[in-house]
Amino acid sequence: MSVSRRDLLKKTLVGSAAAALPLDAFKFLSPEQAKAALAESPHRWGFLVDTTKCVGCGFCVKACKKENDVPYDEPITRTWVERYVITNDGEALVDSPHGGRDGFTEKKVMEHDVDPESIAKAFFVPKLCNQCKSPACVQVCPVGATYQTPDGVVLIDRSWCIGCGYCVMACPYGVRFFHPVHKVAEKCTFCYHRISKGLKTACVDNCSFGARQLCDLKDHNDPYTKVIMTQRVAVLKDEYGTKPQVFYIGLDKEVR
Amino acid sequence: MKTHVLRPLILAIVLVSCHLLFRHFYVPDDFGVNGKNFTFGFYRAGSIDDWKAIPVKYKGKELCAECHEEQYESNMASKHSIIQCENCHGPAMDHAETEEPLTIDKSRGLCLRCHAALPYPGSQRSELPAIDPEEHNVGMECAECHNPHKPSLEDM
Repeated sequence: MSVSRRDLLKKTLVGSAAAALPLDAFKFLSPEQAKAALAESPHRWGFLVDTTKCVGCGFCVKACKKENDVPYDEPITRTWVERYVITNDGEALVDSPHGGRDGFTEKKVMEHDVDPESIAKAFFVPKLCNQCKSPACVQVCPVGATYQTPDGVVLIDRSWCIGCGYCVMACPYGVRFFHPVHKVAEKCTFCYHRISKGLKTACVDNCSFGARQLCDLKDHNDPYTKVIMTQRVAVLKDEYGTKPQVFYIGLDKEVR
Repeated sequence: MKTHVLRPLILAIVLVSCHLLFRHFYVPDDFGVNGKNFTFGFYRAGSIDDWKAIPVKYKGKELCAECHEEQYESNMASKHSIIQCENCHGPAMDHAETEEPLTIDKSRGLCLRCHAALPYPGSQRSELPAIDPEEHNVGMECAECHNPHKPSLEDM
């Protein structure tokens, strides 16, 4: 059998091209899968926290725990409020008793008496899931139990989670924890059952001072999306590259 | 083919088929790449509906106003109009249908969430009307003197 040089080169080229084709190219998508892959959600949920308006009442934490059946007296919470007291010598005292569930009623910070004269600045910072664009917690899930919805919210499939805890470790913001009743990973869902019905999240609705606001980042007429687009806002731990979608007004360098 | 090749081969085929069979019945049909890509969108599509199906507990002030108009009006005329009824009365849940009484939190601690004086420059907290809880009528409930719906003593 004789093979010409031309034939050999041709066959080699075709052969290597065929070998380079990924198996995915031959995969048939069901109509639903194809639709889901093409369809874009009209929403992208985001959040705006104005720390200058927060008074540390903790009604958001209380409402969140009750709305989402997070065991009330366990040391776990989907959202919490941190208190920062920065003294004249630059020392930062930070605390969040019970996640701020019962508000901040004591002048003592972490059992320390603080002289009011020595306080340079003090403020409250509400924290919740950042619903990142590139969520580290989703990437590490070994079973596909946590995912990003088409409208940008990161959720957990309680029937599929095996409780390995990788996501709890992966989240740079520490918003995930283990649910003692369902025995699965748990986190803030932006009250998905509320926002999908056109309501605001429980924490937003129960904040008297407007420190928390839900917004649709794809709707450029949304008043809070406008604030994010036109004013100076910051995100937490930008350097992790997770692209958080909770934006803050009035952050300080002490806030991590 | 020799038996020492055939036997492990059959065993391997049986094991793989068992695995595939189990997987076929165990993994839901809607499990797969449902989102934009495998990294962030590999999940069971029905899970989204599970989350949507959760009932709403905090119904909001407007629902309260439908029956409790008088209290709503008096509250909306005061500084406490910014507070949700459910912050003190508890989540409404299906109160509108069952009319099951709600447990009202009248405790001193509830009021102190905002009105315990904290000298915090740069925070809106220091701008709220505030008292020192260790000096101001210790041991009394705030509601004994102040009407929580319109708390200013001048308005009473």
